[in-house]
Amino acid sequence: MKEFRDRKILAGLLRSIRRRAEQLGPPLRMMEVCGTHTMTIHRFGLQPLLEQAGVIMTSGPGCPVCITPDAYHEAAIGLLTGRPNTILATFGDMTRVPTRQGSLQTAIPAPGSRLKIVYSPREALETARQDPGREVVFFGVGFETTIPSIALSIKQAAGESLANFSVLSALWLIPPPLRAILESGELRLQGFLYPGHVSAIIGLRPYAFVAEEFGLAGAVAGFEPADILLAVSSVLDQILRKKPAVANEYGRVVREEGNSRAQAIMEEVLEVKDAYWRGLGLIPRSGLKIGKAFQAWDAEERHGLKLKPESSELPGCRCGEVLRGVLPPPGCGLFGRKCRPESPLGPCMVSLEGACLVYYKYSRK
Amino acid sequence: MCLAVPAKIVSLDENREGEVDYLGTRLKANFTLLEEAKPGDWVIVHAGYAISSMDEKEARETLSLLRELAAAQDK
Repeated sequence: MKEFRDRKILAGLLRSIRRRAEQLGPPLRMMEVCGTHTMTIHRFGLQPLLEQAGVIMTSGPGCPVCITPDAYHEAAIGLLTGRPNTILATFGDMTRVPTRQGSLQTAIPAPGSRLKIVYSPREALETARQDPGREVVFFGVGFETTIPSIALSIKQAAGESLANFSVLSALWLIPPPLRAILESGELRLQGFLYPGHVSAIIGLRPYAFVAEEFGLAGAVAGFEPADILLAVSSVLDQILRKKPAVANEYGRVVREEGNSRAQAIMEEVLEVKDAYWRGLGLIPRSGLKIGKAFQAWDAEERHGLKLKPESSELPGCRCGEVLRGVLPPPGCGLFGRKCRPESPLGPCMVSLEGACLVYYKYSRK
Repeated sequence: MCLAVPAKIVSLDENREGEVDYLGTRLKANFTLLEEAKPGDWVIVHAGYAISSMDEKEARETLSLLRELAAAQDK
C-alpha cells in the first residue's frame, strides 16, 4: 500500500493530469465533496501541485459537524444543562462547536449529568446498559458513512427494550446538496470527486444525475494521495472524451451497488425528510429522521425538543460560504486572526475535516 | 467524520462482535453491516463498525494501473 504515496507514482500522475489539463485549457475547477479528501489534499501538499498542473480544487459541504445548524448543538447543550441525571454522549468534534449558548464543553451540566465523548455509537449504547439509572442521549451526527452504525444502535436499543437510551439525530445525505450547489449556479465546476466511504454505503447510482442532468464528470476517490490524483485524472479523461460519468477509482472498497445490508438497516429505522443545512439552507429530502416504529428512541420526541434550524448561525462566521465552496477559508476576515483552532468561532475551524482547520494546519501562508 | 481505516479481522463471535488489527493495535468492531466476514479478511472500519470489505484483486488492479501510468510518463 506504500505505493499509494510513492513519489515517482505521484509525479507520474501529476504529469498525466497536466497533459490533460493543457489539452482542455483553463478554467478547471473541481469540488472535493468530502472533508476527509480535503484533509488528504492539504496534508500531502497536493493543492499547489494540482494548481500548477492546471486544476483548482474546491472544498465542498462534506463535513457533517460543520453543516449541522447551531439549533442541533443548542438542543444538545439544553439537554446537558437542563436535564438532571443525563449523560450526553457524542463524537469529540461535536463538543467544541461554538454557539450563542457556548459549546458542550463550556456548558455546566445539570446535577448528576455529564458529557461523554465517544468514538462509536456502540460506546453510547454500552454506557446506557451499564448505567440504567441515568438517561443516555447520543447526539449522533453523520453522513451515509456513519448513518448505518447509528441506525443499528437504535435497532439494538429497541431489540433490548433499553429504556434509558435515545438519539438526537443530525443525519445528512450527500447527493442532495450537490444538486443544490449545481442549481444555485454560484460556482463554475467542471467535475466532482465523490466521497469514498459514503459511496461504500450508497454505491454509484445516487450521483448519476450529476452526469445525466448537469453533464458534469465525476469520480469516486479513495483517501491516499494516489487515489486523489487518479480520480482527478479520471474526471479530466471524461471531460476530454465528452463522456461525463460516475467513475469508481476506489474499487478496492466501493462496489457499484454499495452496501445493501447497510442500506436496508437505514431504510428500516429511518425516514427521509427535508432538512436545513448550515450555509445551504433548506434542501428537499436531504436528511433522515428516526422512523415512527422507533420513536421511543428519538430524543426529539422523548424530551419534547423543538428545533428551529432555520434561525441559527453565529454572526461573523462565514462557514456557510466555505461549505458552499464560494469562499476559500483564508478569504474570511476572521481566519487565523480571531478564529483559530484553540479559539474557534465556527464549526469549520473545529472539525478535523472542517476546511478552515485543514487550511490552518497545512496550507497557511 | 468519514475517516475510516483499513484493518484486518482478528476475531468475531456469533453476535458479529469482534476485534480488528489496525497498525498493530487491537480495536473492537462490529461486523453486522457486512455480508461475509471471517478472521484474516481486510475491512474498512468506521466508528467501531466494519462498513465494507476490501477487495484484494481490485487493489492490485489499481496498483498496476498506477505503475503503468508512472512508467508511461518516464519515457
